[in-house]
Amino acid sequence: MSTDNNKILVIGGGMSGLTAALEAAESGAQVVIVEKKPYLGGRVAQLHRYFPKLCPPACGLEIQFRRLRQNPRLTFYTQAEVIQVSGAEGNYDVTLRINPRYVNDRCTACGACAEACPAEREDAFNYGLNKTKAAYLPYDMAFPFKYVIDASACQPNCGQKCHAACAYEAIDLNMRPQTMTHNVGAIILAGGWDLYDAAKIDNLGYGQVKNVITNMQMERLAAANGPTGGQILRPSDNLPPKKVAFVQCAGSRDENHLPYCSYICCMASLKQATYLREKDPESEAHIFYIDLRTPGRYEQFMWKVRDDEGVKLIRGKVAKVEQEVGSPRVVITAENTATGNKLRDTFDMVVLAVGMVPATKTTPFAMPLSYTPEGFVIPELLPKGIYAVGSLKSPLDVTKSMQDSTGAALKSLISLSRR
Amino acid sequence: MAIEERKYAAYLCKGCGIGEAVKFAALTKVTTREGKIPLVKEHDVLCSPAGLEMIKQDIASEGVNCIIIGACSPRVKYEEFDFPGCLVERVNLREFVAWTQEPNHPETQALAEDYLRMAAARIKKGDLPEPFQTECDKTILVIGGGMAGLSAALEAANHGYDVLLVEKEAQIGGFGAKLHKATPSSYPFDKLQNSPVLAKINAVQGNPKIRVWTNSVIETLEGEPGLLDVTIKRNGELETLRVGAVVLATGWKPYDATKLGHLGYGLPNVITNLDMEEMAKKGKIARPSDGRPAKAVAFIQCAGSRDPDHLPYCSDICCAVSLKQALYVRQQDPDAVAMILYKDIRTPGNNELFYKAAQSDPGVMLTKAEVTGVTEAGGKLKISAQDTLLGENVVFEADLVVLATGMVPTTKDDPILNLKYRQGPGLPDLDLFQGFADSNFICFPYETRRTAIYAAGTVHQPMGLAMAEQDGVGAALKAIQALEHIAVGMAVHPRAWDETFPEPFLQRCTQCKRCTEECPFGAIEEDEKGTPFYKINRCRRCGTCMGACPERIVNFKDYSVDIVGSMLKSLEVPTEEDVEDDEEVPLRILGLVCENDAYPALDAAAQHHLRLNPSIRFVPLRCLGSFNLVWVSDAFSRGVDGMILLGCKYGDDYQCHFAKGSELCAYRLTKLSETLDKLGLEADRVQQMQVAISEFDTLPQILDDFVARVKEIGPNPFKGM
Repeated sequence: MSTDNNKILVIGGGMSGLTAALEAAESGAQVVIVEKKPYLGGRVAQLHRYFPKLCPPACGLEIQFRRLRQNPRLTFYTQAEVIQVSGAEGNYDVTLRINPRYVNDRCTACGACAEACPAEREDAFNYGLNKTKAAYLPYDMAFPFKYVIDASACQPNCGQKCHAACAYEAIDLNMRPQTMTHNVGAIILAGGWDLYDAAKIDNLGYGQVKNVITNMQMERLAAANGPTGGQILRPSDNLPPKKVAFVQCAGSRDENHLPYCSYICCMASLKQATYLREKDPESEAHIFYIDLRTPGRYEQFMWKVRDDEGVKLIRGKVAKVEQEVGSPRVVITAENTATGNKLRDTFDMVVLAVGMVPATKTTPFAMPLSYTPEGFVIPELLPKGIYAVGSLKSPLDVTKSMQDSTGAALKSLISLSRR
Repeated sequence: MAIEERKYAAYLCKGCGIGEAVKFAALTKVTTREGKIPLVKEHDVLCSPAGLEMIKQDIASEGVNCIIIGACSPRVKYEEFDFPGCLVERVNLREFVAWTQEPNHPETQALAEDYLRMAAARIKKGDLPEPFQTECDKTILVIGGGMAGLSAALEAANHGYDVLLVEKEAQIGGFGAKLHKATPSSYPFDKLQNSPVLAKINAVQGNPKIRVWTNSVIETLEGEPGLLDVTIKRNGELETLRVGAVVLATGWKPYDATKLGHLGYGLPNVITNLDMEEMAKKGKIARPSDGRPAKAVAFIQCAGSRDPDHLPYCSDICCAVSLKQALYVRQQDPDAVAMILYKDIRTPGNNELFYKAAQSDPGVMLTKAEVTGVTEAGGKLKISAQDTLLGENVVFEADLVVLATGMVPTTKDDPILNLKYRQGPGLPDLDLFQGFADSNFICFPYETRRTAIYAAGTVHQPMGLAMAEQDGVGAALKAIQALEHIAVGMAVHPRAWDETFPEPFLQRCTQCKRCTEECPFGAIEEDEKGTPFYKINRCRRCGTCMGACPERIVNFKDYSVDIVGSMLKSLEVPTEEDVEDDEEVPLRILGLVCENDAYPALDAAAQHHLRLNPSIRFVPLRCLGSFNLVWVSDAFSRGVDGMILLGCKYGDDYQCHFAKGSELCAYRLTKLSETLDKLGLEADRVQQMQVAISEFDTLPQILDDFVARVKEIGPNPFKGM
């Protein structure tokens, strides 16, 4: 198993990247994870629960972090990006840029810096539903458990209050970006996905109509570590919505936006209907869909949710989302694709089942690769020794991404031995 | 570590609010006098370079090798407090005391002192692991020569492992080799392609590391990972070989179409999608009844699938397969029409592009329909349907009807592996997954309850060829990884770093069989006399056997009934003599918590600075499955007033990483009330709660409610005895 170059680079520290990295490291390889955010765990860290088990993703992440802590062959860099790649299978030179955290390893996550900090920033972890200080902990269970300073949000001339407040010499506002080079035998691309910009879907009202939120925002509203402490409250007045509409294929399966199906949104909305119903048994969830896509064994979950009297599944494509006149409520106009009839109904809140965009759409890999027009990696055309996993190739759910990532670990190990 | 070699020291950190919450002089005194730790040092910031240097100096110059760190949670600062070759015991003074308790309250001080007493008790009994190593055969047995099995075999071989591929048919390739064409798996997803299985067959046949045995099935599989003896029936002859790990890739069989009479099966021109594939491969799509060309072909989707009376799941691939077969019809005869009657078209991900491409063919018609019946009249098939895009109760006419029959996993009613394990021949839990050999863990899709046996392909989950190919590679990696861990005496997932293993003191075994029955992984067999023996390489180190054993004979180097019992017994339990006349004796309650989920949830509660009840002392357990009832007597005889167990959810959607641990613990507790009754203690003094890792916000209430209940019952009458 050992070769001169026994190292694999994994780009992306979300669940896919972590899995690929851990599986490879536990099979003998040296692995370096490069993550652009200041914490590992990626998108699943933001999910309240997984479908169909309705179990918390933090549970699996915790095991991954424990595996990582125990594994001497695995190292990771957060706030890091790959800026240059050259070479070939068995011998890639990768240049990383590590962006400054302004907080060093002496941080104990005591929180004094945030207490002292006078500036605020939009909380990206909670999709802008609240604010944090410019000195912040990405989220309560963040790994690594260290604060970060968002220099772009800092108040100029605040007198470095965070620095003064820190008893551990952990704040270093003079940090500069660092570059470093790793020679690796194989590279796994595991950048995952971003949410499609819902504001581009004009007819669905996001950003224009009050109380229209995205599915990822719904995850944060339901989570105990979210902006509302786990209460589902609509943004305009922080009241619990009684009647909520879920609009499927928001962007997906639409030639003007995303021509593909985003795989997870039907299951995600069914799951979110259970959040709503669990928190308020009087509430109603109306799911507007084109086709209900709950493939494989997910079907059982759909049956379970469908059998809940508070959940209504409506075959209909939503044509318009508007504000009710003089009210924070939202009016939905849909066309029943079965009958052609128009439907109109009013809701307290609307959740758009916004589709996924591969991370490579906005941030292509630092080496020319072939992409589909939608930004997906075309796996057959990847250079030898470079592998893409999960939703970088086609939208996918977590489980199947894990399967794919595990396989990519083996393919990378084989690349190492081909040197 | 021999007793005479042990040199103990404790280092207490004052940072992060600990220094403001407790009195260090008293802490040091307790650690020295009661904990009998000769060297105790304080530091303002123990994780700082200066703090760590202090410890390292003591290791180097004083020979300190058993170290108590009284600072933050063991989940953080793990790199800093890693001292190779030393036993290290982390005491969570920050999260469990400073961040969750009222500063400088006597109860806060008492809590911190108890944590140090427990740490001192634990470190004295614990030891460094010495891995258990057996011989390890690194051959990988792949059962099933379809897409998943072929790709598993090929990539395992490409990584240098020997593979034995066992296929029950005369040829390898499975269903994938019988296809006329495959659905597109690459951009732009608009053209049918040759089956990708064909290239795999060639690659496998040309690979010197892979032995292919056809006409072969598994007769028995016995032993343990790394040392598995597989007996194969090959062309009727039995042969036994040694292998290390297994990829189960036996795929699917079609749902029995004779059960689909309501969809017309049995009529001569009603066929299945497999019949259609065969027909297309032979080159002529025609009506079986008269050989005449089929001008109008109707595909009925979900034939058996998504139907509680037949298959309670979606077979995943049938929509794409019917779209593909509709194109066969059109390609053979441009005047023919293909009609797909569906409930929902399911072409997730980029398969949507194939759906669009097929849909753009004017001769492919798709309509949503609930088919209510198929009849034949005048040489035509009549399909009655409801709830269609065209209205209610429509009748479609066709020359040929293709039923998109679903898939049934081969494990549905055949154990296949034929394990000679005490707990049975197949994988447990299959009913939870409708017969599929699936995992119950979203994050860990290869986990099964039979170590080093990983399922891939359609026996694993419903999936198409492209996914089966990836899945096979993933399963091969897990098999390789298991063998590499076994070879060095390390556990596999989820304790993939663990070098300890159960060491039973069998002289005291009473052959009660609880361990053999309860082990979630079937790791314990028994000899003719009924004495258990471990197949260590099957063991995941959860400690369920340790919890099950009434004789308390199972030990790990760093975890045993005695270690935890000693911790419980080390607590200081105040009695009436310790308080003023008008004061209540404070309660002492133990919280035995799952270290994987409940413990991090407590840390999260601390991060949110929630107040946790000061009466409770938390002790992490590897899994609640390792909870031994004797700890109840240990604790109550010490005068403890109550015991709360925090563990994972159990039931069909269990969250226990060891599958059965928290459930077994709950089961054991049902047996407890008798014991407590005998002692004259109330059953309510012991309670198990199911807490998910994300439910940190519920913890203060859960704990307060429990303490209130114990308070209601009153103090433990054994207190001070």
